[in-house]
Amino acid sequence: MKSDIILAGVGGQGILSIATALGEAALADNLLIKQAETHGMSQRGGAVYSHMRISDQPISSDLIPGGAADLILSVEPMESLRYLPYLSETGYLVTNITPFVNIPNYPDIEKVMEEIRKLPRFIAIDADTIAKEVGSTRASNMVMLGAASPFIDIEFSKIEDGIRTIFGRKGEAVVNMNLEALRRGRQFAEENK
Amino acid sequence: MEWESYYFLSKSQSLEIGFPSIRLTATHGTSLLTSAFSLPFSPLFRTSLNTHNSGKTRLLQLFSDPNQLFLVSILKFNKLIMQKHLFLGVEAIGQGAIDGGMSGVYSYPGTPSTEITEFIQENPLAEERNIHRTWTANEKTALETALGMSYAGKRAMSCMKHVGLNVAADVFINAAMTGVNGGLIVTVADDPSMHSSQNEQDSRFYGKFAMVPVLEPSSQQEAYDMARDGFALSELTKVPVMLRITTRLAHSRAGVARKDVLPENPLSMPANPRQFILLPAIARRKYKGLLESQNLFLKLSEESIYNRYEEGAEKSLGIIACGIAYNYLMEHYPNGTCPYPVVKISQYPLPENHINRMDQECDEILVLEEGAPMVEEMLKGFFAKGTPIKGRLDGTLPRDGELNPDLIAKALGKEMFSGYAIPEVVANRPPALCMGCGHQDAYVAMNEVLADYSKGRVFSDIGCYTLGALPPYETIFSCVDMGASITMAKGAADAGLIPAVAMIGDSTFAHSGITGLLDAVNEKSSITVVISDNESISMTGGQDSSAFGKIESICIGLGVDPAHIHTIVPLKKNHEEMVRLFREEFAYNGVSVIIPRRECIQRASSRKRNKG
Ligand SMILES: Cc1ncc(C[n+]2csc(CCOP(=O)(O)OP(=O)(O)O)c2C)c(N)n1
Ligand code: SF4
Repeated sequence: MKSDIILAGVGGQGILSIATALGEAALADNLLIKQAETHGMSQRGGAVYSHMRISDQPISSDLIPGGAADLILSVEPMESLRYLPYLSETGYLVTNITPFVNIPNYPDIEKVMEEIRKLPRFIAIDADTIAKEVGSTRASNMVMLGAASPFIDIEFSKIEDGIRTIFGRKGEAVVNMNLEALRRGRQFAEENK
Repeated sequence: MEWESYYFLSKSQSLEIGFPSIRLTATHGTSLLTSAFSLPFSPLFRTSLNTHNSGKTRLLQLFSDPNQLFLVSILKFNKLIMQKHLFLGVEAIGQGAIDGGMSGVYSYPGTPSTEITEFIQENPLAEERNIHRTWTANEKTALETALGMSYAGKRAMSCMKHVGLNVAADVFINAAMTGVNGGLIVTVADDPSMHSSQNEQDSRFYGKFAMVPVLEPSSQQEAYDMARDGFALSELTKVPVMLRITTRLAHSRAGVARKDVLPENPLSMPANPRQFILLPAIARRKYKGLLESQNLFLKLSEESIYNRYEEGAEKSLGIIACGIAYNYLMEHYPNGTCPYPVVKISQYPLPENHINRMDQECDEILVLEEGAPMVEEMLKGFFAKGTPIKGRLDGTLPRDGELNPDLIAKALGKEMFSGYAIPEVVANRPPALCMGCGHQDAYVAMNEVLADYSKGRVFSDIGCYTLGALPPYETIFSCVDMGASITMAKGAADAGLIPAVAMIGDSTFAHSGITGLLDAVNEKSSITVVISDNESISMTGGQDSSAFGKIESICIGLGVDPAHIHTIVPLKKNHEEMVRLFREEFAYNGVSVIIPRRECIQRASSRKRNKG
């Protein structure tokens, strides 16, 4: 088993919460992990990404080679495109469709969506709206994880356990909301893949 | 199956293996840190034993070598145990240092080294042991203090980013001359590709310059092991040891297995009371000693567990892979399928035995190293005779920037699917000042006054406020090294550019601005120094600034006329007042200091979060 995943977003959007939940799931599944993160200057509203590698075999490189990612999981539509050189021929792109506009030259969102739709395999999901429906826009990253989960070779129940572990401290209501967010994301992807 | 960890035993002592809490008493000897030999050995015997914590059976094997030393290795049995700690490279170093019996960490923040000290600051064992872990004013004070702790017999570490070592270079080079008493590790984090830095200098050159052993981990596990065992290496070699990492290893996570927690050293004075006195007569002797020690350092490198020669049938090419480059190489040859001989290097000086062997066996040598072509230059020499050397100097790899698996594939002539192109609609998203940041208000007011003068008068420094070089502000015209805003403004004023303005942050001022301001005061230079005080070291994540609450008194103490020191809250409602202050002080013929002071909003919100 091997999943090479690029996580993408904008500094401050909290893509690392997705990595943490996935990391917990992978650990519970007895898998090996390497995960390169972006720290430092670009966290100040710049483009941020993480290379997450999960495997049952030893992993050498901390970085995913170009053209080798099984999945690009982006919480922002334009950012999803920035990492296309990493996507493999059979890879999936899963992205939130809500733009994060903090630059004056942000492109026309329709043009961005057009580029996404050109790909052979993608899921474009309105994670913010779904998150609002389950209780809070804060759960939007877990909607995204749910939407990506069909393309990650980890048992879904392990991902649910991961969420229980990381949100456990915050009480049952928060756990349940995030689990619901996860399931709704997954359901959307299953119906639209 | 993989062998999880190795323990080295000398014959006479007893061994305890802490993690995963296997206790093997009175077999043979304790750890000899950096190893005294290399693999492979013939197995002496294999046996199974139970671990205390999991009850799982593990396989243990003992090897012997001709020197009658024993090597124990434990077969990795349960990956969960192996992965117990999913550490960033920086966290692995923090944990390794704690477990290695460190009594104090002395650091100034700087990406990608910051989280080592932060990890130690938040660690319960560090708290229990009362390990020193407060930030220092700069890297020079950090390393000097660490050397003081080493003088007193205890183990200390100093952490910094690569450019921080420029600041601490004086003490670093001279500490190699004095040597250490307690073990001293200087952890330096390089930033090839300049993700968050002014340059991409390679700290291994400093290690070579100071003539001390340098460790360069290829994995998070090695980072842990090197930090833990590096103190003893320093005590064995009697010099500071450099631990050099780069951004990718620093900020990448992987499973790390911890080992026994070692006790701290007791307080003890240097055996030779003159060890730390570098008077010329003594220094000359010390220098000869350091030169003589090079043989030992070389021997340790040649026998290090971190360096090894890996056999390969295809001798048309030999590959030397340093530090993390080894992983990028192995990405293309999983499960030991690399056809070429490989020398893995993670400890310097260069292990001559392995390299000579490669030189004899292979037609060409490819050098993979993160940072500058240091090893490549050493092997190539000036006249480039002998075995052809490929790497960054002949264009096989790019001359600058960090390595990655793709660049190495290309260097090996491997074809790879190159992914999809980035569509043209994708715009750059550079970092920017946060909405509502106080630096912004200062820049808006400054720009209004500067409109009356010719362009290019504001010298600046390093911190969040450096983003004032970009639109929409474009206020500042320099960012060189910490503290240079004040001194460059003074130099420009000396040349006749009057007024000249310095824009500096509170922490940068404390780090290296104070001495420059003293120079300006002594010469009554016509400069205005704006100390944009957000009461935090924000660029690196909001650490405590050592000048907190002291800036005005520092300026008065240096001799700045109190009538020309002004403090103001940078908010829209104070815009007119700020403009007035800037206008008056720019026109003043002498040193003035304006301090816009408002807490960084990121720091304020994380402070509130932590309280709630
Ligand atoms: C010699 C050196 N040490 C450390 C750094 C890393 N560094 C860059 S900016 C910065 C913080 C500056 O803090 P401050 O001046 O208070 O500005 P702020 O970011 O808070 O606006 C640090 C530590 C560096 N670039 N050079
Ligand atoms: S982190 Fe603080 S100092 Fe830096 S830009 Fe944001 S508000 Fe300003």
